[in-house]
Amino acid sequence: MIFFNAETPSWMISPIVVPLTAGLLCFLLSRRTFVIALAAALANLIAVCFLTCQLLVFGPMRCHVGGWLPPLGITLRTDGPAVLMLLMTAVTGLAITLYARGYFTCRISEPRLAGRHQRQQRYFWPLWMLLLAGLNGLFLSNDIFNLYVTLELIGISAASLAALSGKPASQLASFRYLMVSLLGSLTYLLGIVFLYRTCGVLDLDLLRNFTAGGSGMRVGLALMSVGLLLKTALFPLHFWLPPAHANALAPVSAILSALVVKGSFYLLFRFWFEVFASIITTSALNFMGALGAIAVLWGAVQAMRQQRLKLMVAYSTVSQLGYLFIAFPLSKVADGVQVWSIVIFMALAHACAKSAMFMAAGTVFLHLGHDRIKDLNGIRSSLPITVFAYGIAGVSLMGLPPSGGFIGKWMLLTSSLASLEWWWALVVMAGSLLASIYVFRVMSRFFVIPEGFSLKKSEPLSPLLEWPALVLALISLFLGLAAPRLLHILATGNTALAQVFPGGLP
Amino acid sequence: MITTLLYSLTGLILFGMGLFTLITHSHPLRKILAVNVMSTGVFLILVATAYIPLGQGEVDPVPHAMVLTGIVVSVSVTALALILACRVQETSNLALLKRKEQAKTTKEVAG
Repeated sequence: MIFFNAETPSWMISPIVVPLTAGLLCFLLSRRTFVIALAAALANLIAVCFLTCQLLVFGPMRCHVGGWLPPLGITLRTDGPAVLMLLMTAVTGLAITLYARGYFTCRISEPRLAGRHQRQQRYFWPLWMLLLAGLNGLFLSNDIFNLYVTLELIGISAASLAALSGKPASQLASFRYLMVSLLGSLTYLLGIVFLYRTCGVLDLDLLRNFTAGGSGMRVGLALMSVGLLLKTALFPLHFWLPPAHANALAPVSAILSALVVKGSFYLLFRFWFEVFASIITTSALNFMGALGAIAVLWGAVQAMRQQRLKLMVAYSTVSQLGYLFIAFPLSKVADGVQVWSIVIFMALAHACAKSAMFMAAGTVFLHLGHDRIKDLNGIRSSLPITVFAYGIAGVSLMGLPPSGGFIGKWMLLTSSLASLEWWWALVVMAGSLLASIYVFRVMSRFFVIPEGFSLKKSEPLSPLLEWPALVLALISLFLGLAAPRLLHILATGNTALAQVFPGGLP
Repeated sequence: MITTLLYSLTGLILFGMGLFTLITHSHPLRKILAVNVMSTGVFLILVATAYIPLGQGEVDPVPHAMVLTGIVVSVSVTALALILACRVQETSNLALLKRKEQAKTTKEVAG
């Protein structure tokens, strides 16, 4: 193979360039946009698989864009966590692309408002492709200012996608979303200024050498963290998430909930545990853990109280994001690398399960024309595959074996008991219990067949509406079985992780 | 050195003022203006930063590149925010009009 060797790191730019080109093409050509987007999503998946193989064979790689070396140039790099996040984005993205096609075809097929839905579809594809390019850029980039640009790219395209549905509520929600994401990225930019003033470099590898940690670095890191927390919607800063995610179109909700919040979280995690690990204090870690614990409980209680299915799923995102932060204080005993595997597992499982759940909710909405939980009776006879997908995704959110959520929660429990800080374990278990309550509350509605309910055969929905959700839900269910393989990818180039689980996985 | 500090402090104050307005005011246009003031504050600090490391009248070009990128981003985001704000305003005005008309008709019916 000519292309497959250690001297061709330039393949790394393909996950950014391909969706970007596809986005521009979709915008310019108003016909066949779905074909272009599908081709780009497929090409993206192939490129990411190629990068994974390259990582496994040659170890972490760096690509200096344009041949400029770090102090001035921008570096892209692949390592275990970055490649896994790219894989997550590519797989979920492909499924969402297929689902979106089914969703828009179904909406355009009804004569009322067909023109409006056609317009929505026209703007959906370019925006989604730009968002994909931004996300891939975020996972690959190794330069804090370039990361700011990708964050802005994601923020702009995500806010426009959220506004697509055109309802007044969604417009207000997406305006707030845009303001919040702007505030977040400006705070992040101010943090960059402080860091640049203290260190004089922007490359993450060079920043890692500054272990002294003056007050300038601390202030910079604090500002960047606040900005990213605002975008990740950790507990007190989550106010914008439920309305924005619940009022968007179904494929957009899936994108926002599964992928967009993960991007800023990934950055935050990378900063805290890799780049600036030397200046992080124990109290800061405990503070993040406490906020995460409150988020788990608060989000779950709010999810239980919601009357609408999509709002319930959105609050469940708030709750599930909390688990990612509970991993922070556990790094005191688990030397940081085990925390990577916990967080990556929770993120992967949540991305698959949550997008499947939003797709199922969207299909239910298309089928019934509403998503009030108390009127969802008897759906299981008309939408069996969707109900199955919803249930499997719920299993992963609750954390039953062998789902990916189970592996993540298991690792959280063992490391919290090992560190003798049992209260984190209590929160994890309480969160799982609450999750099972809100999942089953809807599930039981699906199976209730009211009296006088005729099992009428409605016209069958397009398979594109039901199967992508089921496939994603099954992936999240069987993610636990693939755990050793995924940990192997994660540990490539990171020898410390190979010794974390000497006896294999639970 | 004093000049740099002065510019940076001004930038920080602008950032703070923008943040205060963004949080306390509910009108969309004011929010957009507040975000613009905030970004101007950040850019001012960045421009001031360019002066420090080399001294002797020379400047560091990296912060300038960052400011240029930031301005481009800020312009496009402002355009998007303005469009969204217009939409929000239109729909809320329509809702207000409808409510007023309804109130009028109910009054006429009652009268």
